[in-house]
Amino acid sequence: MSAVTTPAPSGTPARVPQRIVARRRSGPQRVFGALRAVLIVIVCAVISLPIIWMIAAALKTNVQVTDPTVGLAFTPTWDNFRNVLADGVLVQSLANSLIIGVVSTALSVVIAVPAAWAVGRFRMRRTGSVVLVARIVPAISLLVPWYYMFAQLGLVGSHLVLILSHMFVSVPLILWIMIGFFEGLPVELEDAARTDGLSAFGAFLRIALPLAAPGTASAAVLAFIFSWNNFIFALILADERTMTMPVLLFNFMSYASTDWGGLMAAATLMTVPVLLAAVFGQRYLVAGLTAGATKG
Amino acid sequence: MTTTTTPRAAVGAAPRSRPPAGEKPLVTFEQANRRLKWALLAPALGFVGLMIVFPLAFTINLSLTDAFGAVNAGNAYVGLQNFADALTDTRRFWPAVGRTVTFTLGAVVLETVLGLALAMLLRKAFRGMEIVRTILMVPLLATPVAIGILWMLILDPTNGIANHLLGFVGIPPQEFLGSVSQSLPTLMLIDVWQWTPMMTVLLLAGLTTLPEEPEEAARVDGANVWQRFVHIILPMLRTTILTALVLRGVDALKTFDLIYATKGPGGGSDFEAETLNVYAYGLTFDYQEYGLASAVLVLFTLFIVAIVVVLRRRTERSAS
Repeated sequence: MSAVTTPAPSGTPARVPQRIVARRRSGPQRVFGALRAVLIVIVCAVISLPIIWMIAAALKTNVQVTDPTVGLAFTPTWDNFRNVLADGVLVQSLANSLIIGVVSTALSVVIAVPAAWAVGRFRMRRTGSVVLVARIVPAISLLVPWYYMFAQLGLVGSHLVLILSHMFVSVPLILWIMIGFFEGLPVELEDAARTDGLSAFGAFLRIALPLAAPGTASAAVLAFIFSWNNFIFALILADERTMTMPVLLFNFMSYASTDWGGLMAAATLMTVPVLLAAVFGQRYLVAGLTAGATKG
Repeated sequence: MTTTTTPRAAVGAAPRSRPPAGEKPLVTFEQANRRLKWALLAPALGFVGLMIVFPLAFTINLSLTDAFGAVNAGNAYVGLQNFADALTDTRRFWPAVGRTVTFTLGAVVLETVLGLALAMLLRKAFRGMEIVRTILMVPLLATPVAIGILWMLILDPTNGIANHLLGFVGIPPQEFLGSVSQSLPTLMLIDVWQWTPMMTVLLLAGLTTLPEEPEEAARVDGANVWQRFVHIILPMLRTTILTALVLRGVDALKTFDLIYATKGPGGGSDFEAETLNVYAYGLTFDYQEYGLASAVLVLFTLFIVAIVVVLRRRTERSAS
């Protein structure tokens, strides 16, 4: 565990800009600066253009979407979104993804945050490294036993089984992020609170937990997104009623591979939470990702 | 990790050296804490343990049986027969191993090199930094299945924008995911598109923690940009790079969503994109070859564990 923590509580503010501004630039430096700006713009274009292409395709008619000469010059239509949102199965899947994401994240926060505090405060790094195992094992090697296990309990196809399987990803993820976070909090505050008569648990509840709110928020958002993106668990453990969006998208593609507009509208709907998280939570998410980077 | 004595450790050691009288709160405190810490840990560890211990034992057990069609009815133990079958299978198993290694090595090396270059490019503050960082977050948070389908549209051999753009520079249309030989390289490039930003974010975080003095000193001594990068920054960044390699490498080895969404069962008609994970999935859920599939999964897991152990040992050595 100790080795796989990046030595970087990031989200660090940009480093001293005034030094750059203050220093007078020589000729070659200005050329270098311009070159750098051009490179940065190219990189941003390469990263964002496919996403823009997806959103554009979602706003095109089915004729335009398969005609590469159309490019980005077209009159947008909401028809694709209207069509997919009129599809009861899609709306159901969207709701499933939301429910499973929210509930699995909430439950994971409730059990993982106190555990992370215990690991961080009581120096139980070895115990904490158990979570590493959960990240290494290929999910497929767990799916047959899970299916068998949950079939015995009559749970296969239920929301509960999907919530539990997604928690298997988010509990280690939140543990991972929050252990580092609690270790970074000054222990003196909690010690002072305890001297004033709070129990250790009280110190956790009233001092550490409020201070850890930003870390918990970023861990929770990441956990939700990993659940939202998860494909393989629902592919096996869900039924038509509890199917999540990635599985629906996959099925949708196999049945109706020609409806690119509809596919891209559904893919765009899937990307909305991701865009929101990137725009509003970038700084916090970087801190979470650098502490616990995984894809589930 | 160096062990510095924190106030916490001092409190923990105190009860033994001090007379119990008058120190009552701290003594009961530490005793109560032992129960408290396990009470707080139990739900999380218990849950992860339940979800992993029995299943792993189950899979290892299955790998020693001839289970086919059903996991629990009349399976006979066949010893290591499944492992022997897998390891002598040159039609599906070894090619899948080769593809897994090729895909992972190719993608992760490219992602590391590009990610490092990008991190260096973005290191010093500039106007618009926040926007660039936001853009970086999008691919690595996006749904792999959606990304796979998006690239299928972009790379469509007849209607895709990629071939249209290639036409402008005189390159003939490519088959991309539609061809046996181009599938794996194309998937690697999609993986590079999605996960290079991840490497950048990790390495950028590492870069911001580096002290500036060694680089300044080298600059004063007349070292050029490249020399400073190779001799000053790279060695200092070693631990971060190795850590990022472990994180990304493990995920790349297990890549499933992207490959399965774009190429379907078996990684295509000629198994051209069938990695170990896709192979094991097909054996399990398409062919119900539970015994053989479990053996493949056990081998695959051991393979990943071996890589992680080697890389982590390196990380520890470079950190000390």
